[in-house]
Amino acid sequence: MTCKEFLALLDDMIDDSVTAEARAELDAHLGRCAHCEVIFNTTRKTIEIYRSHEIYELPATLRDRLHAAIMARCKKAC
Amino acid sequence: MPTIQSIAGELEPHPDVALIARVRGGDISAYDTLVRKYERQLFRIAQHITQNREDAEDVMQDAFLKAYEKLDQFQGNSKFYTWLVRIAVNESLMRLRKRRTGKMVSIDEDIETEEGSVPRDLADWAPDPEQNYNQAELGEILRKTIQGLPQGFRIVFVLRDVEGLSTEETAETLGLSIPAVKSRLLRARLQLRERLSRYFHRTKAVKNTGVGK
Ligand SMILES: [Zn+2]
Repeated sequence: MTCKEFLALLDDMIDDSVTAEARAELDAHLGRCAHCEVIFNTTRKTIEIYRSHEIYELPATLRDRLHAAIMARCKKAC
Repeated sequence: MPTIQSIAGELEPHPDVALIARVRGGDISAYDTLVRKYERQLFRIAQHITQNREDAEDVMQDAFLKAYEKLDQFQGNSKFYTWLVRIAVNESLMRLRKRRTGKMVSIDEDIETEEGSVPRDLADWAPDPEQNYNQAELGEILRKTIQGLPQGFRIVFVLRDVEGLSTEETAETLGLSIPAVKSRLLRARLQLRERLSRYFHRTKAVKNTGVGK
């Protein structure tokens, strides 16, 4: 497997949607290619960081205000 | 008469199905529950697309009102959440068009770029690299980095990886083909990785440089 072929399957590997056979080939490539190993690990980490850090928080007071406004508008639309 | 059905392949009907039936029966408190359940997600998605707090507030309100008014059109062959997200995405894009009058805004914008499709930065990251920054610094890094992505990549990444929609749901929500979603997702992931690398390198344990303005 070449690095290009590895990269083409990177997403499926990250999302764990590869066949056992492909998985074995990907793992074998990872074992002997430091570059792809870095790309694989850091890409996975990128997703994990974005998933675990809420970068646009909705503060409780604003949330309550917006929620009340939404419900008031819906009741009017009844 | 077609009624709301459980999503194909699932044994249990989704809990939203019962809530929607109650709303249709005139019980507005059931809609209150649905709004509570999804308001944070909708706000986040709107914020990611419009990149403007006031717009996100308006989009979130308008999307829930529109969903309420159009509830009869919801067929139940997709998840209520996916349907709601689609309304919010459309509202967000409309809001952007209004703001940038004359400038076409679409999710197809800038997708021809090849930037980041070939990884260049091959240096490893520090273990738990986010620990080298405080919460405020990290938040700014993550916001700046994702805001730099082309719109069409950013939306796909947000829906698929941050909000947890499936590839199929993301495609349906954005009106894109599944291969298009996949190709954008890969490029979005690689570009974000590339851009975050400069902050998270093992060799640069930058504690005090802060985030460049
Ligand atoms: Zn390789």
